[in-house]
Amino acid sequence: MSGWLGAEGWAAVLLSLKVSIWATALSLPLGVAVAWLLARKEFAGKQVVNGIVHLPLILPPVVTGYLLLLTLGRRAPVGAFLEQTFGLVLAFRWTGAALAAAVMAFPLMVRAIRLAFEAVDPGLEAAAATLGAPRWRVFVTVTLPLILPGILTGAVLAFAKAMGEFGATITFVSAIPGRTQTLPSAIYGFLQVPGGETQAVRLVIVSVTVAMGALVASEILARRVGKRVAGQ
Amino acid sequence: MTLEVSLRHHFEAFRLDVDFNAPMGVTALFGKSGAGKTCVVQAVAGLLRPDAGRIVLNGTCLFDSAARIDLPVHRRRLGYVFQDARLFPHMSVTENLRYAARVQGRRGVPAEEARVVEMLGIGDLLARRPAGLSGGERQRVAIGRALLAEPALLLLDEPMAALDEARKAEILPYLERLRDAAGLPILFVSHAVSEVARLATTVVVLQEGQVVRHGPTADVLSDPDVVPALGVQDAGAMIHARIVAHHPDGLSELQTCGGRLFLPGVSGAVGACLRVRIRAQDVILSRGVPEGLSALNVLAGRIVSLRTGEGSGALVRIACDEEHILARITRRSAEAMGLAEGDAIHAIVKSVSVAQGDIGG
Repeated sequence: MSGWLGAEGWAAVLLSLKVSIWATALSLPLGVAVAWLLARKEFAGKQVVNGIVHLPLILPPVVTGYLLLLTLGRRAPVGAFLEQTFGLVLAFRWTGAALAAAVMAFPLMVRAIRLAFEAVDPGLEAAAATLGAPRWRVFVTVTLPLILPGILTGAVLAFAKAMGEFGATITFVSAIPGRTQTLPSAIYGFLQVPGGETQAVRLVIVSVTVAMGALVASEILARRVGKRVAGQ
Repeated sequence: MTLEVSLRHHFEAFRLDVDFNAPMGVTALFGKSGAGKTCVVQAVAGLLRPDAGRIVLNGTCLFDSAARIDLPVHRRRLGYVFQDARLFPHMSVTENLRYAARVQGRRGVPAEEARVVEMLGIGDLLARRPAGLSGGERQRVAIGRALLAEPALLLLDEPMAALDEARKAEILPYLERLRDAAGLPILFVSHAVSEVARLATTVVVLQEGQVVRHGPTADVLSDPDVVPALGVQDAGAMIHARIVAHHPDGLSELQTCGGRLFLPGVSGAVGACLRVRIRAQDVILSRGVPEGLSALNVLAGRIVSLRTGEGSGALVRIACDEEHILARITRRSAEAMGLAEGDAIHAIVKSVSVAQGDIGG
């Protein structure tokens, strides 16, 4: 496999998988929380929160990446704080790539989960409360199981988006082979050198396969969960 | 075991201002749609917070605006049966029934569960999912789920509104059993006089957010002054009857306060007691003992009140012993017959006019 893809290509595929899995897993709890807030709560500044969440969807990815660099670079205030306090460096590291992917995928994740929240009948939650369930119990036993298909959809969308993230990633962490060169930036890199097309096409095949696989797997899972949730 | 309710709440369109007590048995909150019935039930359950008022259940204060008490929904110990059942779709019938015990952190009592399942006839449904159940089955499961929450009060918010006539007929006997066996006060919301006549021990009549009448079912339903709130078509008294005999021609003989009634299709053992609703518009009045009539049922009584409204109708309340019948006749006949309070009168009821659904235990 590594022969067919080449060491550099193989490293890019593994890095992208790692980056996407971390980006999805770590942003999921926050995604559920924000989606719940937007779907169920009325508060001052709700539109601002909504706007900030959606910003990465409408800004040029380069701008998002540059903003990340401005705030989280090693010389930037927040970046310096993170490095001194937690020893966490984001810029030009794979961790930064994961953050960039998470930020870019966040709006898609939140939208999917928010729709699921809005589809839950509040009457069912009221019924659970009358049966003696405190709020958190209602959430865990009724709301969460009912939005599970939405969470799955949101997670897969976010994973696929993270696998394909290019602009913000390359701006924030560059594309250092073996360290921060993800699948899309490797494809771009191969296309820039003469004779690199074969390698690029092979990576494209991998990219399409992973994306399709994730989509199909999520469809099957979501259908199964959906059936259970719909009570069949 | 009583519920005391006193509420005031401003909505955009109308004002809710309600005071009543619900004793043991079934208290029907009765009124047309928009009268505020559901709002009252929601306030009792804690799903709606009234502007002001006080709700006390068996000495426990659930809500008191003056004392700033507002017990959260999950600590009010109520069984709430909603119009639309609201079963949890991702759980089986059994899981739905055991939900309350699960979230209250107590072990379910198998004998109690078996008793409720048996009473509601849902034994065959236990492994099924709510999506596969009929409307009537869902409502029965919802009632079971509410009962197994060990409530101190049962709230039934038009549990039959979403059902067709056949399903209603299927549920009603279970509700009657519930009233007789549950041993807890039940607040029952309805806009159907026939359901109220069949189930309620006490009636609270609501009109535009106000209580217009409150009392024992038989008294309220035979009160001419309540008729506008009930609707003229549906008005009618409820009387008690005892089955005397089932005759071979299909008619059953019932003993009532004012004499014998012959009704078709009555089920129940001889000696059993029933409630019979007689719609006011199905009653004909006669001064003498009528002869040469096809109607079989003649009840003797005395006029206790006569109410003529703005329209062409007149409502006559007739006392037979302890109970009352209500008759709606035209004002013209009331005048022609010279009816007055205190007169002896005969009320003629066509046997077919007593609807099936109006007979109940």
